[in-house]
Amino acid sequence: MEKKLYNKLVMNHKPTEKRAENAFIAFLTGGLVGVIGQLLVEFYSYYLHLSSNDASVFMMVTLIFFASLFTALGFFDKWVKFARCGLIIPITGFAHSMTSAAIEYRKEGFVTGLGANMFKLAGTVILYGVVSAYIFGFIRLIIMGGV
Amino acid sequence: MIYIYSFLFAGFVSMLGQLILDNTKLTPGHITSLFVIIGASLDIFNIYDLIVAHVGAGALVPITSFGHLLIHGGLVRAHDLGFIGLMMGVFDLTASGITSAIFFAFIFSLFFKPRD
Repeated sequence: MEKKLYNKLVMNHKPTEKRAENAFIAFLTGGLVGVIGQLLVEFYSYYLHLSSNDASVFMMVTLIFFASLFTALGFFDKWVKFARCGLIIPITGFAHSMTSAAIEYRKEGFVTGLGANMFKLAGTVILYGVVSAYIFGFIRLIIMGGV
Repeated sequence: MIYIYSFLFAGFVSMLGQLILDNTKLTPGHITSLFVIIGASLDIFNIYDLIVAHVGAGALVPITSFGHLLIHGGLVRAHDLGFIGLMMGVFDLTASGITSAIFFAFIFSLFFKPRD
């Protein structure tokens, strides 16, 4: 009886502890990517004399480049497995999903493999992003009549 | 100070995603799509612009900024050209991100093989 109760208690507590740990790791890694982004923005605006808008575009391209490169080199998958949403939610996850799909499916051919499957994961982001942006933009135009 | 805000905001969004991932049956694809929609919806009344102004790049790094940039580019064009302008501008600000992601993914897939 006591053992049963003990097992039940363990079952109840084990996943929640891991959830808290996962959430904490995601918080730290996601925050770290945010700080790297801010560092890059200030680096570009200081050394290349860019406006903060242009510098943030450069920052995103830089993050995408390194996420793609690290995915291609093979060790980004391990990082994603460790950090989970800490690297999936930032823009790095977008680049990671596209590069890993591209590398994975290239052996099935350039059109039927690479071309058809590259957007398997990133496609939903673009689809729902565009549809929601258009609908919400529409609402905004009706309510406020322009910018 | 902006580094701390960047850290907190980007970390908070990532943590939110992780909590959804662990506590529901949604996949990362669902969560990123959901976050893009949230990012776009927050820009109806310029809320996300306000966040970006206070938090800096920490608000531009999470995928929510993708939705924000989509609607923002559209609204800039819509100012002059209305509903058709909205269509023209949707990709204006995200073009660099999408182009670079496609380009790098293609180039790297030529030179690297999948590993397990």
